[in-house]
Amino acid sequence: MTERLSDVTTGTDTSATGRESDPYDASSRETTEGTVYTVTGGDWDEVLAEAAGDERIVMNLGPQHPSTHGVLRLVLELEGETVTQARSVIGYLHTGIEKNVEYRNWTQGVTFVTRMDYLAPLHNEAAYCMSVEKLLGVTVPQRAQTIRVLLMELNRISSHLVALATGGMELGALTGMTAGFREREEVLHLLEFLTGLRMNHAFIRPGGLAQDLPDGAEQKIKDFIKVMDSRLPDYDKLLTGQPIWRNRLAGIGYLPVDACLALGITGPILRSAGLPWDLRKVEPYSGYENYEFDVPTSNAADAYARYLLRVEEIHQSLRIVRQAVDNLTPGPVMVEDAKIAWPAQLTIGADGMGNSLEHVRKIMSQSMESLIHHFKLVTEGFAVPAGQVYVPIESPRGELGYHVVSDGGTRPMRVHVREPSFVNLQSMPAMCEGGMVADVIASVASIDPVMGGCDR
Amino acid sequence: MTEPGDIGSSAERAVEGVEPAGAEEKAPIVAGKARKGMFGISGTGDTSGFGGLRLPAHVAAPSERPYGGWFDEVADELLAAIREQGLPADTVQQITVDRGEITFFLRRDNLVDVARILRDDPALRFELCSSVSGVDYGADAPQRLHSVYHLTSMTYRRRIRLEVAVDVDDAHMPSVVSVYPTADWQERETWDMFGIVYDGHPGLTRILMPDDWDGHPQRKDYPLGGIPVEYKGAEIPPPDQRRSYS
Repeated sequence: MTERLSDVTTGTDTSATGRESDPYDASSRETTEGTVYTVTGGDWDEVLAEAAGDERIVMNLGPQHPSTHGVLRLVLELEGETVTQARSVIGYLHTGIEKNVEYRNWTQGVTFVTRMDYLAPLHNEAAYCMSVEKLLGVTVPQRAQTIRVLLMELNRISSHLVALATGGMELGALTGMTAGFREREEVLHLLEFLTGLRMNHAFIRPGGLAQDLPDGAEQKIKDFIKVMDSRLPDYDKLLTGQPIWRNRLAGIGYLPVDACLALGITGPILRSAGLPWDLRKVEPYSGYENYEFDVPTSNAADAYARYLLRVEEIHQSLRIVRQAVDNLTPGPVMVEDAKIAWPAQLTIGADGMGNSLEHVRKIMSQSMESLIHHFKLVTEGFAVPAGQVYVPIESPRGELGYHVVSDGGTRPMRVHVREPSFVNLQSMPAMCEGGMVADVIASVASIDPVMGGCDR
Repeated sequence: MTEPGDIGSSAERAVEGVEPAGAEEKAPIVAGKARKGMFGISGTGDTSGFGGLRLPAHVAAPSERPYGGWFDEVADELLAAIREQGLPADTVQQITVDRGEITFFLRRDNLVDVARILRDDPALRFELCSSVSGVDYGADAPQRLHSVYHLTSMTYRRRIRLEVAVDVDDAHMPSVVSVYPTADWQERETWDMFGIVYDGHPGLTRILMPDDWDGHPQRKDYPLGGIPVEYKGAEIPPPDQRRSYS
């Protein structure tokens, strides 16, 4: 054991030669494909000077790059500053959720799917639960539906705020990022109050909700709406009219409506091309037909239009949230079928969160049948009649579809997720090829892929 | 090319009395696994008597007319267009309506032609291929690998499902990328996860797993993997080795 702290802390080369070596040196090696440079920063000029004679450079961007919107890897073929070919490489965040769900019971599946698109966890939960409910043939109580709409719209606000924030950061509008994340934090605080967790809530369950909203929820939501109403105009002041922001986005990432349909693009990208296709309007679910809101569209089909649509959708979501709060009527939040509904309610005890003391007392000292029922439902779960369904909902990024197959057991046979991030990312080459390298970043940011959902 | 409303367009077509005409008796489309017993116990450990329970595998049952709603209209138009195009009579093997969704079970040979009819026919207009997914119904099912397509008609606001089943030893089917370019990545994912080879795909490579991966992870005979975990002195086995009740 040495006394010198520097010897034991890091693996940094502190020897005389190590200190003198240039950490930003671009090393190169010869391969069968040509010269491959490893560029680490600050020496782009050097590479360009050396490669000046060649016509094309193939540049790898990511997967660990602050501008690629997560662990997305882009392979760009360049001619000077112009992108001649672009391909994306995905799979760096593949976690095998679809496979894992097949080894858990139907209720546990919620805990997995909420971790896929981590910016829209409540949409994933809702779509999954709606597909299980469709297989079961049960109808969710009114109050649970209203709360689902409320939560999904709050989630849409937070997701769009992150889209603006990260998109701003990637283009160098750092104030946009800090503002976006500040407002998102407000949403997450509210969601934490309402569901118990900031993200990965597992709050929506097959048959309804895990729990009713806590006391004082309405007031908190109304306070939140006030905060958002006062801060949202700042985005218009900060970004909408700002010439740099407009020049970086307008006319960039152009994708017309026929290309959108061929590539299966949905969500804000499709609406920016002029088609008012929003599943909340065209195939209403969870009672969306009872809310008054508009579907903003544009016909510019570019990244700036998508930015404007996202801001406008935040306003529309707030409108829905307001109506949902007013619509909240007392009632059950779970189906009455005791073979599906969780037997216990959660409460906070001295040792943290757990089943309510009342319920524990009942199953441990009063009713053996209740104990058996609780045990069976929690360990075995409920059986779902065999068959398959496809349930699409409008997530912040587009059509989020769950294709769920049951073979009649207590576990899913197959859960396939039609992820809008995955499908929409296919439009990247169509948006980027022929443009400048810097515009690739703006285009990808306007697609707003979430790699957790894309790779699942 | 006929336009909607033209003489002879499918919107004007006489549509009564067309049925999926399977030439010979078809094998049932098994969609699930057979079960026996109730608590996962076999042999003398079973004191409940439920061990003798037998549940056959789920078979997707063909539906009879009327299917209800717009299902009949779409089925009529599709079957008439198939006949008009001179495709074999048993292209559509079976039609199942379940839980408010209609499924067309197709033979793989004419999948691309049927997809093109569904996209281009003025009376059908399924412009958007929402989803392509694979399903593996397990080693016991004949034709265990299924490729499932969810098509959306934005014009008529309708959704249908196409399903094609293949044997695991001959897991080939035509690619619909030429009709629906969006199927590109989704077919790559299904190849990656289930090993279904989409013939005619422009670049059928793995997409989520590394290029040099062995096997197709979402097949039922591919293990989930995992390690036992110790929790408060007890050892919890990995998820795929825990007791399963179904």
